[in-house]
Amino acid sequence: MNHNLLPLYVIIPLGAAFLISLFGKISKRICDCLANLATFLLLGLSLLAAVYKPSTGILVYKVGGWIPPIGICLALDGLTSFMLVTVNLVSFLVTIYSISYMEKYTDKWKFYTLFMLMLAGMNGIIITGDLFNLFVFLEIASIASYALVAFGTEREELEASFKYAVMGSVASSFILLGIALLYSYTSTLNMADISRALDIKGISPIISFIAVLFLAGFGLKAALVPFHAWLPDAHPSAPAPISAMLSGIFIKTLGVYVLCRIFFNILGVSQNILFIFIILGIISQIVGAILAIAQNDIKRMFAYSSISQIGYIIFALGIGTPLAILGGLFHLFNHAIFKALLFLDSGAIEYSTGSRNLKSLGGLNSRLPVTASTSLIGSMSIAGIPPLNGFWSKLIIIIAAIQAGYFGFALIAVLVSIVTLAYYLKFMGFTFFGKLDTALLKIKEVPLSMKLSMLILAIICVLGGLLLIPQFRPFLESAANVLLSGKGYAGIVFGAVK
Amino acid sequence: MKNNKEPGMTLIVKTITRLTVGLILLYGIYIVLHGHISPGGGFAGGVIIALSFVHLMLAFGREVALRKLSQAAASILESLGAIMFLSIAVLGFLGGYFFLNFFLNKGRPFSLFSAGIIPLCNIAISLKVGAGLFAIFVAIVLFSRDSGIPPDDK
Amino acid sequence: MSVYFLCLILFCIGLYCVLRKRNIIKIIIGLGIIEYAVNLFFVLIGYRAGGRAPILAKDQVVLNMVDPIPQALVLTAIVIGLATTALMVAIAIRIYEKFGTFDITKIRKLRG
Repeated sequence: MNHNLLPLYVIIPLGAAFLISLFGKISKRICDCLANLATFLLLGLSLLAAVYKPSTGILVYKVGGWIPPIGICLALDGLTSFMLVTVNLVSFLVTIYSISYMEKYTDKWKFYTLFMLMLAGMNGIIITGDLFNLFVFLEIASIASYALVAFGTEREELEASFKYAVMGSVASSFILLGIALLYSYTSTLNMADISRALDIKGISPIISFIAVLFLAGFGLKAALVPFHAWLPDAHPSAPAPISAMLSGIFIKTLGVYVLCRIFFNILGVSQNILFIFIILGIISQIVGAILAIAQNDIKRMFAYSSISQIGYIIFALGIGTPLAILGGLFHLFNHAIFKALLFLDSGAIEYSTGSRNLKSLGGLNSRLPVTASTSLIGSMSIAGIPPLNGFWSKLIIIIAAIQAGYFGFALIAVLVSIVTLAYYLKFMGFTFFGKLDTALLKIKEVPLSMKLSMLILAIICVLGGLLLIPQFRPFLESAANVLLSGKGYAGIVFGAVK
Repeated sequence: MKNNKEPGMTLIVKTITRLTVGLILLYGIYIVLHGHISPGGGFAGGVIIALSFVHLMLAFGREVALRKLSQAAASILESLGAIMFLSIAVLGFLGGYFFLNFFLNKGRPFSLFSAGIIPLCNIAISLKVGAGLFAIFVAIVLFSRDSGIPPDDK
Repeated sequence: MSVYFLCLILFCIGLYCVLRKRNIIKIIIGLGIIEYAVNLFFVLIGYRAGGRAPILAKDQVVLNMVDPIPQALVLTAIVIGLATTALMVAIAIRIYEKFGTFDITKIRKLRG
C-alpha cells in the first residue's frame, strides 16, 4: 500500500461527481456505470488499506509536497482504515440498490452527483489530518445531504430538509467558532501539531469552552440527545438509499468518528469528558427506545432506533477501558450494516406496496420472501439475538460496563436492549406476519439489484461475529489502539513524516 | 410614461447597462488573472463575472441574457471548471505529489507569469463560480415564474 | 478584548433571530448573521497590534503584517455560507409553492 494512494479516496468520488454532471444527461446507463465503478474502486482501495498494514502503523501523505505543519497532511492509521472499510462497503451496496430504486424519480444524474459529493466529503473527513480541511469536507458532505433529503420535493421532504439545514448550519457555526478559538490558542491547524502544542502550553479554561463547543456542534451531527430533533424528520423523508446512507454511515462519520478523533487524540480525555459521554449515551438510549415504540411509520421507528444505538456507541466510548472501546467500534460497524439493511428493506416495502404505515400492511411474508427474510435477519441482529453480530457487540459493551463498575448503567443497557427487541417484534409482526390485505394481493418481489444488495448485507450480518476470532481481530484492535494511545497520536504522525 | 409591454427596466437603465456591462466583465477577468499579486483571485473574480450577466438579465429581461449564456451552457461550463481544477491537481502527480506546483516558476513578486499553477487554478475556479452563480440565479428566477407563484412586478 | 465580546453579541442576536422568528426568510437572514459573526471573529483573531494588510507591495517590509491564515480560511467559510444560503433559499421557494405560506407554525405536517 503505497502512500501515494491516499488522495485517491477523495479524487475518485469528486471526479465521478463532475463527470456524471457533465455526461449524465445523455443516458441513465452512463450514470449507473460511472457511479458503480467509482464505489467499486473505492471499496477495493479500502479493503487494500485494511489488509495491508505498514510497519510503522501509520501512513502520512503530504499534499503538494509541503511538510506539515506548514502543509496539509493526510494520515491513514488503524481507525482510519476501519472507518474507510465501513463507509465504502455500505456505499457500494447502496449504489447497487439505487440502480433500480431511483428509476421512479426523474433526474437520476442529479441524485448520483449529490451522492458522489457526499461520499467525497465523508472520505475526506476520515483521511484528513488537518482541522480546517476537516471543516471544509464536513460542509461538503452536509450540504450535499441537505439537498438529498429534499430530493423528491414532496411536502414532508421539504419541511424536514429545511429543519435539518437550519440546525446543521447552526452546528457548523459552533464548530467554526471552536476551530477559531483553538487556532487562536495554539496558532496551528494540523491535528498532531495542536496536540503537541497543547502539551507544551498546558490546559487553560478556554480548552473547556472549546470542548463544549465541539461537543455541541458534532453532537448535533451525531444526533445525540438533546441535539437529536432533526433526525426523526430528516431520515424518514429521504429516499430509501439516502436514509440508509444517512443513518448507516453519515451520522457515524460526521459525529462519532470526529468526536473520537478530537477528544481522544487532540484535546485529551479526562474523567469529566468520559463521564459526559456516558451520561449522553445513556439518555440517548432511553429516549430513542421509548419514542420508537410509539411509532406507526416504519422509517420513523428506524430513525428513533438509530438514536438509541448511537447512544450505545457513545456509552461504550465513554467507559474508556480497552474492552469497551473495542465493543463500541465493533457496534459502530455492526450498526452501519444492519441499519442500512433495515432501511433498504423499508425502501423495498415502499417500492412494492406504496405505503409505509404499519397499520395498513400485513402478511407480506408470502408475497415478498427475500425482503421478509432479510428483514428478519436485520431485526434479530439489532435486537441482539445470538449468534448474529449484534449480540456479540452488545455483549462486549455490557461486560465492559460491569467490569468498570457501572452496574446501574449496564442494567439500563440491558433493559433498553429488551425494549429494542419489543419494537422490532412489533415491526415484524405488523408487516410480515398476519393476514394479507386484499389490496396487496398483486404485489411482486423487488428487482434484482435491490435483492442483491439486501442479501449481501444480510450475509455480512450473519458472518459478522467472525470479526472477533484472532485471525480478523487486528481489524478492530488496531482501531481501538489508536484511540487508546491518546495523545501519542502526535508522536506517531511526526515520526512517520519524512 | 411607463411602458409595460417591453421586458426589462427603463431606457436610462438600458443605455447605461449597454455602456458598462462589458467593463464589469473585463474588471472581473482582471481580478481573476491578477489573483496571485493583488487581493481577489478565483472566487471574487468569478462572482463579478456572474454579476455582469445578472446585470444584463435585470436590465434587459430574461430572453436577452439567456441568449448570451443559456442555462445548459452554464451547466456545462460549471462542470468543465470543476474538472479542470481536478485535473490540474491530478497532474501534480507527475511531479510526485498531489497538487504539486509542477510549473516550477516559484513566484517572483509582482510578475504576472509566475507562481506556477496558481493562475490556472484561479481561472478554473472563476469558471465554476461564475457559471454556477448565474445558473443558480436563472434557476430560481425561472422556477418562480413557471410555477404560478405570482411575480410582483405590477 | 471588547471587539470579541461584540462579535459574540452579534452571534447571539443571530441565534435569537433563528429561534424566535416565524417567517422562513427571517430565519435564513438570522443564519446569515450568525455566519457573519463567526467570520468576523475569525478575522479579528489574526490582528497584530499596529499591523497592516498582508499584501506585498514594492516598498513594504514583512515585519508588521497581520496574520494572513485566518483571512484565507474565512474566504473559504464565506463560500460555504453562500452555498448553504443558496440551497436554503431554493428550499424556501419550493416550500412556498407547496404550502402557500412562509409561516413555520403552519408548516408542521411531521409530528410525533
